[in-house]
Amino acid sequence: MTAAVARRLLQAVMVMFAMTVIVFIAINVIGDPVDILISPDADQIERARVVQALGLDLPLWQQYLRFLWAALHGDLGESYVYNEPAIRVILQRLPATLELAVSAILIAIVVGVPLGLYAGLRPDGILSRVIMTVSILGFSLPTFWVGLVLIMFFGVQLGWLPSGGRGQTAELFGVQWAFLTKDGLAHLILPAVNLALFDACLILRLTRAGVAEVLPLDFVKFARAKGLRETRVIGVHVSKNIMIPVVTIIGLEFGSIVAFSVVTESVFSWPGMGKLIIDSINVLDRPIITAYLMAIVAFFVIINLVVDLTYTALDPRVRLQGEGP
Amino acid sequence: MNATVLEVRDLRTHFGQAKAVDGVSFSVARGEVLGLVGESGSGKSVTGFSIIGLVDPPGTIVGGQIVFDGRDITRSSREEMRALRGRRMAMIFQDPMMTLNPVLRIDTQMIEAVQAHENVSRMDARARARDALGMVGIPSPDERLQAYPHQFSGGMRQRVVIAIALLHRPDFIIADEPTTALDVTIQAQILAEMQKLVAQNNTSLIWITHDLAVVSRLADRIAVMYAGRIVESGPVSDVLARPLHPYTAGLIDSVPSRNRRGERLRQIPGMAPSVARLPAGCAFAPRCARADAACAQAVPLLTAGPREHRCVHPLPEFRV
Repeated sequence: MTAAVARRLLQAVMVMFAMTVIVFIAINVIGDPVDILISPDADQIERARVVQALGLDLPLWQQYLRFLWAALHGDLGESYVYNEPAIRVILQRLPATLELAVSAILIAIVVGVPLGLYAGLRPDGILSRVIMTVSILGFSLPTFWVGLVLIMFFGVQLGWLPSGGRGQTAELFGVQWAFLTKDGLAHLILPAVNLALFDACLILRLTRAGVAEVLPLDFVKFARAKGLRETRVIGVHVSKNIMIPVVTIIGLEFGSIVAFSVVTESVFSWPGMGKLIIDSINVLDRPIITAYLMAIVAFFVIINLVVDLTYTALDPRVRLQGEGP
Repeated sequence: MNATVLEVRDLRTHFGQAKAVDGVSFSVARGEVLGLVGESGSGKSVTGFSIIGLVDPPGTIVGGQIVFDGRDITRSSREEMRALRGRRMAMIFQDPMMTLNPVLRIDTQMIEAVQAHENVSRMDARARARDALGMVGIPSPDERLQAYPHQFSGGMRQRVVIAIALLHRPDFIIADEPTTALDVTIQAQILAEMQKLVAQNNTSLIWITHDLAVVSRLADRIAVMYAGRIVESGPVSDVLARPLHPYTAGLIDSVPSRNRRGERLRQIPGMAPSVARLPAGCAFAPRCARADAACAQAVPLLTAGPREHRCVHPLPEFRV
């Protein structure tokens, strides 16, 4: 077990290393930040001075080695825009995105799993058909449009919920969180629901498909033949068998939400990492973009590791590679 | 020995148009082993599932009675049936690889079976489970309780399933081809084990199978099913030695070991009819050499001593 985890971590380091190469080259292709950083009136001498200060006059491989050396020491460069270490800027925005992503995934699970179970147990019921039809809409509609409709309806027409910003925050473990205050919570609802919609539908359909697959199997019949109550047959025997695909999707989707909540964060002006990366790309703030991508890669690697470990807990037949029998 | 444990009267279980079970009657005495024989699709498994109240939808029991413990359990509520299942009646399935839940430990699956019917602590339930495993011949049961199903061989899994079926010392067990998926050597072991255990507990056994060899070793009485009906029943030695119904005779002749080496293997001509379109009279008539116009009429149950059959032209008794 420990060996398997160590091996995973080693793989993760190699993935991160490969990422630095790709990111560093790609970012040099998309544009020259000097044009944006320096005012158009600056003369040639001023321009040369800035280029030298940023180390942009060196050949690309030298720039890369300098970057790599600094990165190994935990320094991913200083943001051109914020004049702060890029990693600190990212970490400041991380809690906002994290709480949005966690709320969205929680909503998706709480809505998706029970509805999927219901639809799977009563495949011919009218309510099940309604659920399945609505779920198709749920993951077909574009997120930004649903976000706008939510704002229109709950923000503008009904005026129940605020439609932008993060609201009041409170401190916990030295970090500002919105979900701790009533105002912040109100601000959280719409963007979280918006983000959750797609995943709730996905989880719902997966759960339903799993139930339809497991229900006719002999061990379910045998569980009933033992005289178990229906709640236990469904809640333990069926549920535990359908959880593997659901956990996989939850893990993957959680990663995607953190990485690509750009659209929702923009629509609801949520001050998270997604909005930061869009702003940074617009001004070619290279250190922020690099740091962001590195952070996301690290995040995905961790999530995948957690998902793999969850498999072994859910299904005894699954063993991590490199682990003894 | 003579007290009737279970009596099935004119049971009809239909899946829409398909009359999977259409007028089956039999009874099982305490401690008796009844072999329910027939080919695939004859309705023998559906009969078993009807008795324990677990017919898969869209199948429903549309008629008849299943009398257990002095009451017709086809009228029992779901909760009443649940309380009977596993405690007073148990069922064992064909494929031991599929019967146990792959993601739950053996102890979980056994403890829950105990606790479904008795208000006992986990510790006591566990002790019961361990004793049950020991009883069916599983070595070091304490350790094996911790294992998952995939860590057992097929024969050992079927032993675990049998142990679960016996946990509450049920009045009868329905065994739906429990040895079909096993190697012949393991099959013989399980048969012997099963025979011993039901004799010890005076449990009745309904053994569903297509294998006449198994029935001849195990059963006291045999009931042969064809197209949703019992066409012949009686003491196992009588029926196998002197079948009255031509279908039973065909079934016996189809067992390869009874044919001579080098001779063409015998078979029953034609195919079993679809249970969705059964003829009004004898369902076997289209495949039967003895059939004539009289077979187109519905055949009542005819009695001959301890034996019953549904054939207007029964085979003569002196058949070799």
